[in-house]
Amino acid sequence: MPAPSFPWPPVRASLPWLGFCFWLFLLAACGDPPNNPYPAEDNGKNILYTSFEERPKHLDPARAYSANEYEIIAQIYEPPLQYAYLKRPYQLEPLAAAELPAVSYLDRNGQPLPANAPEEHIGYSVYDIHLRSDVRFQPHPAFAKDEAGHYRYHALSPEQLAQVQTLADLPETGSRALTAEDYLYQIKRLAHPQIHSPIAEMMAGYIVGLKDLSERLAKDFGSRADKSVWFDLRPYALEGVEIVDPHRLKIRLHGKYPQFRFWLAMPFFAPLPWEADAFYAQPGLATKNITLDWYPVGTGAYMMTENNPNRRMMLVKNPHYHEERYPAEGEPEDAARGYLRDAGRKLPFIDRVVFVLEKETIPYWNKFLQGYYDASSLASDNFDQAIQFSGQGNAELTPDMKSRDIRLQTAVATTSMYMGFNMLDPVVGGLGEARAKLRRAISIAVDEEEFIAIFMNGRGIPAQGVLPPGLFGFVKGKDGINPYIYDWAGGEPRRKSIAEAKQLLAEAGYPSGMDARTGKPLVLYLDTVASGPDDKSVLNWYRKQFGKLGIQLVLRTTDYNQFQQKMLNGNAQIFRWGWNADYPDPENFFFLLYGQNAKVGKGGENAANYQNPEFDRLFERMRNLEDGPERFRLIQEMQAVLRRDAPWVFGLHPKTFSLSHAWYQNRKPNLMANNGLKYLRIDGKEREEKRAEWNRPVYWPLPFLALLAVGAVTPAWRVYRRRMRSTAL
Amino acid sequence: MIGYLLRRLLYAFPLLLGINVLTFILFFVVNTPDDMARMHLGQKHVTPESVEKWKRERGYDLPLFWNAKAGGTEKVTGTIFYQKSLGLFLFRFGRSDDGRDIGADIGQRMWPSLAIAVPSLLVGLLVDISVALLLVFFRLTYLEFWGVALCVAAMSVSTLFYIIGGQYLVGKLLQLTPISGYDTGLNAWRFVALPVLIGIVAGVGSGARWYRTLFLEEVEKDYVRTARAKGLPEPRVLFAHVLRNALIPILTGVVVVLPLLFTGSLITESFFAIPGLGSYTIDAINQQDFAIVRSMVFLGSVLYILGLLLTDISYTLVDPRVRLG
Repeated sequence: MPAPSFPWPPVRASLPWLGFCFWLFLLAACGDPPNNPYPAEDNGKNILYTSFEERPKHLDPARAYSANEYEIIAQIYEPPLQYAYLKRPYQLEPLAAAELPAVSYLDRNGQPLPANAPEEHIGYSVYDIHLRSDVRFQPHPAFAKDEAGHYRYHALSPEQLAQVQTLADLPETGSRALTAEDYLYQIKRLAHPQIHSPIAEMMAGYIVGLKDLSERLAKDFGSRADKSVWFDLRPYALEGVEIVDPHRLKIRLHGKYPQFRFWLAMPFFAPLPWEADAFYAQPGLATKNITLDWYPVGTGAYMMTENNPNRRMMLVKNPHYHEERYPAEGEPEDAARGYLRDAGRKLPFIDRVVFVLEKETIPYWNKFLQGYYDASSLASDNFDQAIQFSGQGNAELTPDMKSRDIRLQTAVATTSMYMGFNMLDPVVGGLGEARAKLRRAISIAVDEEEFIAIFMNGRGIPAQGVLPPGLFGFVKGKDGINPYIYDWAGGEPRRKSIAEAKQLLAEAGYPSGMDARTGKPLVLYLDTVASGPDDKSVLNWYRKQFGKLGIQLVLRTTDYNQFQQKMLNGNAQIFRWGWNADYPDPENFFFLLYGQNAKVGKGGENAANYQNPEFDRLFERMRNLEDGPERFRLIQEMQAVLRRDAPWVFGLHPKTFSLSHAWYQNRKPNLMANNGLKYLRIDGKEREEKRAEWNRPVYWPLPFLALLAVGAVTPAWRVYRRRMRSTAL
Repeated sequence: MIGYLLRRLLYAFPLLLGINVLTFILFFVVNTPDDMARMHLGQKHVTPESVEKWKRERGYDLPLFWNAKAGGTEKVTGTIFYQKSLGLFLFRFGRSDDGRDIGADIGQRMWPSLAIAVPSLLVGLLVDISVALLLVFFRLTYLEFWGVALCVAAMSVSTLFYIIGGQYLVGKLLQLTPISGYDTGLNAWRFVALPVLIGIVAGVGSGARWYRTLFLEEVEKDYVRTARAKGLPEPRVLFAHVLRNALIPILTGVVVVLPLLFTGSLITESFFAIPGLGSYTIDAINQQDFAIVRSMVFLGSVLYILGLLLTDISYTLVDPRVRLG
């Protein structure tokens, strides 16, 4: 019997290989590095590539409030003010405004007061904002008009709507000049009952008439039969905002609130054209996810042309962007660092910004090393590959990173991470000296330096008080240390010894961690959010820190929701939390311990429920003062009170580490300015050369693998042949 | 058969209702409407009033199952369960808690999931069955021993390892494919190739072993002996006769997962940044978006029931002895 052919099983088994080889052939035919994730036609172009991990929830400037949302909308919307890109300490400068707002004060009868009038006499503050006259909105279908002057797309028919899948399906666009009315419209939107602006409640307490407007809007909106129809806010008057002329508005606030100027640099106060609101409110667009919350309309340096939050978002240069030049002033060392090379050049530099969905850090990091992302943060997975510490303890790039000409930028975040004591708790709370000693003893025992070294790869600095560096009132060096926790030795702060902490603990009534009255060991409870296995080692570390004093720490881990609920109810004893600055003002940190902001009963941000009349008095005096000697003195007094009472273990201020390629320029860390994209510059040619150099496909292992496969199949083939030739008996 | 199908479809309703109730209870045991409101309103300046407003606006201020304060039918209809979950039976997914249309998102995101899942399943099936039949062909030889040992080793390795290893080897060292990403249209093949290849390689160990077991059961049967006695070559015996008779258990495993291909793979989509429905679901769970979670669970349940139905129908096609009635 002739040996049967053995045709198709191995061929089938080889199909994936054949397919793989065919696909490699196709890749090679493309003439582009086959691992390039971007279209070949974009090679060498002036495009910035960055990523997003999860889609932003809101792009509506009245609702957006998180960092990933600001990263996008701050490039599109223009509030009156912005932070100077290069200057430190952070300071405001005009953006859509022609100049910084003039602030005047009125008494309760509306009569003018001098600038130095005592706070208690001030009934109202008036912010007089002059707008630039050369600002225009981006091209957008909401502005398009027909020959008769009617808005072309404000009343789309069902047939037209059926053709629309994205905003790009409406080909005609229009634009118009920015007016003060657009700012007024946006401020009214903060009170819109359906928008749920996170600052609505707070601003209603400041902007005259906003609370009343909010109630009127809620009433009228609630009584509408069809709530999906556009709710035009133009007919509603807002007492506290006066339109003086098309380029000037006055905002009147209750009392004195100097921090309002910082809010004027946030997208909440960006202009919004009524045309956009009317356009997006058309029924049928929302079901296609074409809403104001997803397609912003602004006057900024960039406009959104593609928003597929499931995959990619794209910003391109706004062709109507007003005149703005790269700053010529910064910190003294900025010139040497190359940050002033583009001084005086017209902004923005980059033509297109592409945000690509990237959910995991490992692929992101590898693509950064291949040159497909222009910058990268540092996760713990790749920290050791990128950073090494010098003999002096300074972080520097590894030789591999240096060989790629990668740059490292570090900055201390305006963030405070802390461990708080619930001051309402009978064991750790209260203002008495004994309780303060107990809290100070724990503060000494919890070794933040060790925490930073072990769990943060050295990316942080221990906190000496509430304020992070860079804010007015922060004191560096010997005068700025917390004397209850640190000694100044050898030119640096040195944590006090455990023996001193034990002594404090004994004075607090717990010698060696035992309750002197009952003889029982002191047991404390730490409430914290634990999200994964990595947290276990952190929590064990905390247990050890308390163990140094003989205190037994019981960990009560929970999810963030339950944690928040516990905090609201005041059920936690000790907890871990943190705060990112809204704006660079000390008030934004000290208010976290102001008695009127207590979490329990008042729902405020004072999670420790710390209420000290002495501190509250100082805070009330400090918060509305202009920066100056008086304010500085009050801040130092407040720090002293807090260090003494120790309602927090002042934890740490994180340090951000960021890497970027050499072709990515002008990237100075600015933790306050969110609209920094317009200052950045990409050298597309250099990037292309580097990509070609770093991404040379390696084909030689493929024939080798094929040979290996043949080698593996040979014995099978031999067995097969033998079996087919053998007889049954 | 039509009567059978109708009966099965009617059975599906109480089943789906039960799944809906279960999802609802599980979700609200873990999250309260207050939690959801806080999650959506952000972490700063969230007042109790704004939480109440958010709940009222989205209908989460109602009781969960029974509205004792309401009268008449509103005791049932004026509840979160009625208002949020029952519309699903009409495939009205509604809007997510952040305002996006869920139906539109599902329509958009199912294609990338399918682009990965369909080739992975089809080519994977082909490879698994071929390897399994080869193992059976070489049974009682050292090739079978080492083949099975390799399969056991391959199935013991975590999928995550295959993904990270594959990305490292093919995307980073050899630089033959993009490490991650996605594109639409024909350009998608550049991004799909690596996850599909990894999906096939990662599944071949367990798949081949499972099919080998099925085939080994068949090769001892009388009809196989008869086929061999007729003088048919062994490959023909295996690939024509044994394979055909082993189709029923194969179909049980394969057809039932066909509809579920829409729902995507969580880990693969996450690591390759594929914007499919797997990552959509996990994002919704992380963001406590009940509207999306209930929609995806409902969709998954419907597709699973559909898969079971298709399996039953496919039995009649491959085995004439099976009659549905």
